[in-house]
Amino acid sequence: METLPNSGEGFLKATLRPVSVFRFDQLSIIHNAMLRYIGRRLLLIPVVLIGLSILTFVISRVVPGDPVKLAAGTQARPEQIERLRADFGLDRPLVEQYLMYMGGLLQGNWGYSISNRREVGPDLVRYFMATLELTIVSTLLGMAIGIPLAIISARWRDRLPDHLARFFSIGTASVPVFWIAIILQIILAQNLRLLPVSGRFDARAEFPEIITGMLLFDTLLRGNFEGFGIALRYIIIPAMCQSLLVISVVTRQLRGDMLDMMSKDFVRVARANGIPERMIWLRYLMKNALIATVSMLGFIIGFQLGGAPLIEYVLDWPGIGQYALKAALLLDFQPIMGSTLFIGCVVVGVNLVTDLLYRSIDPRIGFR
Amino acid sequence: MAPVSSTQGALTRWRIEHASQLNDLRRGIYRFTRNWLSVIGLLIVVVLVIIAITAPGWVPYPDDIAGAVDPANRMKPPSAEHVFGTDDYGRDVFSRTMWATRTSLVVGIIILVVAISIGVVLGALAGYFGGWVNQVIMRATDIMLTFPGIFLALAISAVLGRGIEIAMLALSITWWPGYCRLVEAQMLKIREEDFVAGAKAVGASNLRIIFRHILPNLLTGIIVKASMDFGFAVLAIASLSFIGVGVQPPDPDWGSMISQGRRFIPSGWWYSTFPGLFMFVTVLGFNLLGDGLRDLLDPNATVR
Repeated sequence: METLPNSGEGFLKATLRPVSVFRFDQLSIIHNAMLRYIGRRLLLIPVVLIGLSILTFVISRVVPGDPVKLAAGTQARPEQIERLRADFGLDRPLVEQYLMYMGGLLQGNWGYSISNRREVGPDLVRYFMATLELTIVSTLLGMAIGIPLAIISARWRDRLPDHLARFFSIGTASVPVFWIAIILQIILAQNLRLLPVSGRFDARAEFPEIITGMLLFDTLLRGNFEGFGIALRYIIIPAMCQSLLVISVVTRQLRGDMLDMMSKDFVRVARANGIPERMIWLRYLMKNALIATVSMLGFIIGFQLGGAPLIEYVLDWPGIGQYALKAALLLDFQPIMGSTLFIGCVVVGVNLVTDLLYRSIDPRIGFR
Repeated sequence: MAPVSSTQGALTRWRIEHASQLNDLRRGIYRFTRNWLSVIGLLIVVVLVIIAITAPGWVPYPDDIAGAVDPANRMKPPSAEHVFGTDDYGRDVFSRTMWATRTSLVVGIIILVVAISIGVVLGALAGYFGGWVNQVIMRATDIMLTFPGIFLALAISAVLGRGIEIAMLALSITWWPGYCRLVEAQMLKIREEDFVAGAKAVGASNLRIIFRHILPNLLTGIIVKASMDFGFAVLAIASLSFIGVGVQPPDPDWGSMISQGRRFIPSGWWYSTFPGLFMFVTVLGFNLLGDGLRDLLDPNATVR
């Protein structure tokens, strides 16, 4: 008997297929092409990170200044300097030094700072959490300003509100952050005395108990509202500076995407069918445009998590960018290596996740 | 001087021959001027270029550029003689701010030219040849994109010394990957086009195909990106000068002036404020212009 693919018998056969062989690739969300794509991307990560480590190593080791002498101080006797050098393994050949460092890294040992003798690993995590906190706050702040601006811009396209919103978003991209940080310090902290000048927490107040390393969350988790208020006051100026970037990218991208959507056929059809304008905006334009913006936000977050050395330096925010900048200025070899690789991992990881999200959301792009 | 009639004849002939290009140009100018943001940007840029070229002729205190010292006029607030006030050596902040335009614009151009040259050549090779050439070049690009530019600049300046040349080198090295990616992506698309196959069929060499046949098609995209990048290049130079590895005092630079002015805050607020404000307007001008050019030149970005 002949069976048509859609006939009842065919269906029966299909359901009676042995289920013991679970085909992972038949799941609609995670399919073969995606797995292959992830595999390829994951394979490339070590290549990028090893390249980055060699580059950083070569650059930080050909530096002519002597970090050991710098760290030992002017009073040190030659044999003390040599001992310190041997302690840090800096008297060995360069290739051996590199392999030693990478070997330690594989065992989770990030090395020691030569200038303050602290372990690099825990410090990296501590400084990174401050950057993560700042990134979360500034991204939320940037979106709160950027999304309404983009909607206004697209709604009144090529009219005055659009021009003003575009001017504002291009303006936020043009401000030198280290300058606006100083200006905000002068106005908000020194003249109006509304906010603290710099730092992360009031030195006179009791420092909150560390759980995640993000003070805003830690104080809330413990119900320490006074501490939360202090932490909030300290984060406002850095977050304002940092959010400028977010505002400019979100506004531009979302505006462009919404305008793109407006000329699509499905929107025209919706209009022709008499669907109310407000519904078209909320259900058709916003939803679709937000997808692209969310994925682009991933790249912004990745970029911010690399640390904002200038903002963190001017406002004395103890983030990963400040840590790396200080290490570079002190020629502190292992912290330089550590922070570069740490930032590299974070950026590569965030980019991968964003890319996967983007490709899963938008089936047209696929996993080539 | 050539006879009038023959010039007119040549001009008319040229006009007729290039009628469609002239039309495009006229339409382009019309569309450009309809967006007043880009017009403001263009105006700012034109004024800046004029300032950069003519500054030596009219700045009120040219001696202050080279580092003259006038202790009697130390840290004077803005006044009629010193519009932007004076700095800790008694120098005129206005003169130095104007003069710094020269360095910033020239350095910005050099950085982009070097970065574009490296990026375009590498991107073209990677995109055209594909295979392992592509893998090697693009992975190197990935690594450079992951490496924070500011630290590269710090490291290079630790090796080679501080100065504007070093900062330029460091920024050029960190800037090329963007162009490399752009050109590579376009190249992958265009090399499949029929006209490339045609050029191959008549025996054109690979280099000739890349540079004569394909690259001219990518020029618009490169120009758009460069015009959007210029403002950020100016910002990057100032950032490096701000942390002390770019332009060295007493040479005037916005970044280093802002950094030195920080020590006199809040009483000497003008020292940091005015150079920064001027720099903000500069970057804004280039970004507005770049945005307008992108709308004009990049057909994908315009929704009409």
